[in-house]
Amino acid sequence: MALLQVDDIHTYYGAIHALKGISIHVDKGEIVTLIGANGAGKSTTLNTICGVVHPRHGTITLEGEEIHRLPAHEIVMRGVAQAPEGRRVFGRLTVAENLEMGAFTRKDKEGIKRDLERVYALFPRLKERQKQLAGTLSGGEQQMLAIGRALMANPRLLLLDEPSMGLAPILVDLIFDTIKEINAQGTTVLLVEQNALMALSIAHRAYVLETGNIVLSGTGKELLNNPEVMKAYLGVE
Amino acid sequence: MTATTLSRTAEKETTLHWSRVVGTGLIGGVVAIYVGLVGMIEALAGRVVITGLLTTGQVILLGVYLLMSYQAAQKLTGADAKAGPLSVVAGALAGLIISIMLALLVVIGQQINLRAMFINASPRLWELLTLGRGVPTGLVLLMALGAVLGALAGGLALLPSRLRRAVSLGLVAVPIVSILNTALFAGRGVSALGALLIFAFFTAISYGWSSVGGQARERVAALPSGQQRLLKMIGWSAVALGALALPLLGPYPSEIIDTVGIYVLMGLGLNIVVGFAGLLDLGYVAFFALGAYTIGILTSPEITWLPLHLTWWEALPIAILVGVISGTLLGIPVLQMRGDYLAIVTLGFGEIIRLIFLSDWLKPLVGGSNGITRIPRAVPPPQGFSDQQVLWYIVLAGIVVAAYIATRLKYSRIGRNWMAMREDEDVAQAMGIDLVKTKLLAFATGAALSAVGGAIFATKLTSIYPHSFNLLVSINVLAVIIVGGMGSIPGVLVGALALVGLPELLREFAEYRLLVYGAVLVFMMLKRPEGLLPEARRKLELHEGEEV
Repeated sequence: MALLQVDDIHTYYGAIHALKGISIHVDKGEIVTLIGANGAGKSTTLNTICGVVHPRHGTITLEGEEIHRLPAHEIVMRGVAQAPEGRRVFGRLTVAENLEMGAFTRKDKEGIKRDLERVYALFPRLKERQKQLAGTLSGGEQQMLAIGRALMANPRLLLLDEPSMGLAPILVDLIFDTIKEINAQGTTVLLVEQNALMALSIAHRAYVLETGNIVLSGTGKELLNNPEVMKAYLGVE
Repeated sequence: MTATTLSRTAEKETTLHWSRVVGTGLIGGVVAIYVGLVGMIEALAGRVVITGLLTTGQVILLGVYLLMSYQAAQKLTGADAKAGPLSVVAGALAGLIISIMLALLVVIGQQINLRAMFINASPRLWELLTLGRGVPTGLVLLMALGAVLGALAGGLALLPSRLRRAVSLGLVAVPIVSILNTALFAGRGVSALGALLIFAFFTAISYGWSSVGGQARERVAALPSGQQRLLKMIGWSAVALGALALPLLGPYPSEIIDTVGIYVLMGLGLNIVVGFAGLLDLGYVAFFALGAYTIGILTSPEITWLPLHLTWWEALPIAILVGVISGTLLGIPVLQMRGDYLAIVTLGFGEIIRLIFLSDWLKPLVGGSNGITRIPRAVPPPQGFSDQQVLWYIVLAGIVVAAYIATRLKYSRIGRNWMAMREDEDVAQAMGIDLVKTKLLAFATGAALSAVGGAIFATKLTSIYPHSFNLLVSINVLAVIIVGGMGSIPGVLVGALALVGLPELLREFAEYRLLVYGAVLVFMMLKRPEGLLPEARRKLELHEGEEV
């Protein structure tokens, strides 16, 4: 059984039909990426999975359990954590407090401590800046913090929304290396990206979204070599 | 060698902004003229601060001189550099400009009748401004005085910061102590010697504390925890004894502290809603009104349609319950609203509640504009004491319970929820926080405390009218927590003392209360946005990187 099974979901913003029947699945241990242009519905798909918006039709199941009618906080409790688009760290809280907030739903003190060590090991920069207010971090550090905060929930499924947004190329490389490492440690990742080249090069499988529909899917390598993808998203003629 | 050259060039680059000094002086002049024309100087001229020397009106003018000249002296150079002795000249210049502008006002006022527009532009004002010496002499004197005051304020900028802070505190303490003396003990200000002693005392205490306070704190921290706890207990007992002894000041001071106390109680509640949870509630008076009216309806013998006639104590839990329920009910429709939208809706809610109580529709039940009277006292006072003196203990109990609840909540999981929600609702939700529960809990807790405030208010006055529950109450409470320091619990106490207590003491002040509120709020937002006694987090946020 797939860890996450999204089945023909239709999501609306008022009268706007944003997702027109998306079906994807994520298996345990995978990195799956959704790529597509602005407005294709990538973030809406993530937000629908998180329960921030609810689908009008279709089902979402997490290891067989239907979650598409649950409020957002209950989905978090079932092990789905998100690093939202634009990072959105708690600017007036310190780095350490941000990470604590990530473990909000958890009660196991030992596990929280272990995961804090894990996050600091992944991002030593955060450890140096534990006591600093998150709003004063650089963009790259804030992205590390957003991912670290999501990891503190010890999620079964980690949702990453455009982690490369607005970062210098060297930091993009660092972030993607870390995503690979997080996955290698056993966390399943669903990654939404505009930077298709980077995303496809680390993903096991990928879906291409266009105006609310899945138009292509395959392994990361297949899509990297797909002429349509090359033309539309990789800028290769 | 290179380093010296560098620092020298840096020194040379410190430009002197004389235009800014003049500008600040001009602003000071405008403020002084304004204060004169709205009548504050005249109205407060009757109240002596230092016998034979200073009246409250003059103190206000003096404050303008010192504050603006000090600002001018600081503006002479950029933020980092010190102007050195030149700051005295800058201060004197600003003080002189203020005096010149006031002098111009006097000259113009004596040629043209300004009273058609400014009823306070009276001969009495000219007399006060010319120090009673007539036009040419008095005006020269005023200018000389302005320059001297400005120079003193400029000199203040030269002092090391610890000493400067101590001297400023001493300067502020003199009029406050004098006003307290006049209001509470029917004195007539303080004598010149007394003022000097007060100044010396507070300056010395402040300076002394700033030099040994840190060490003392370290030494206490080094003590074994048992002794630390003992010290803490001694400290708290002293505070408790002081609070318990307050009504001994007499019936009139008791009435003032009761009023301050009710504002502290409401401030603690609103602090939860606005300070902790970040929900800007401008209709906070609604719950205050509901608490008061619940008490009125349940206890007053005037209410014939519901002949329960409970005692105040029996009605209190019901009033709290009404607060909780109405807080939740208001919360439900505004769950989706944020920031300014929320503020407007709650503002409307506050007015609706007042208008309902005022309406003809409910007149048979709650008395309309006649309100409800004959509300019983909570506790009959013992022989020789007034109702207001006894009421303080109820107020105090309310404050203690409210402060306890607020502190516990702040550092609990719920407090954490509120903080995260205040920072970013969406992400808070994504962290697994139940926004509905978290928001409603904030509204309900705040409303309950406001309802307790209303219940006490009702028995304090023994009568309630719809007009006691206007928008201004909400704004006052909000101003209290802003001035005190958003999110800070001791800040509420200080804010209420400054914004509710002081104006009560200065009766002549009443008509200028809003004017002063405005000025104080603008000044606070510019110079000390974190409030008088800020929460550690806000201080960190606004002054990160600065020396503390």
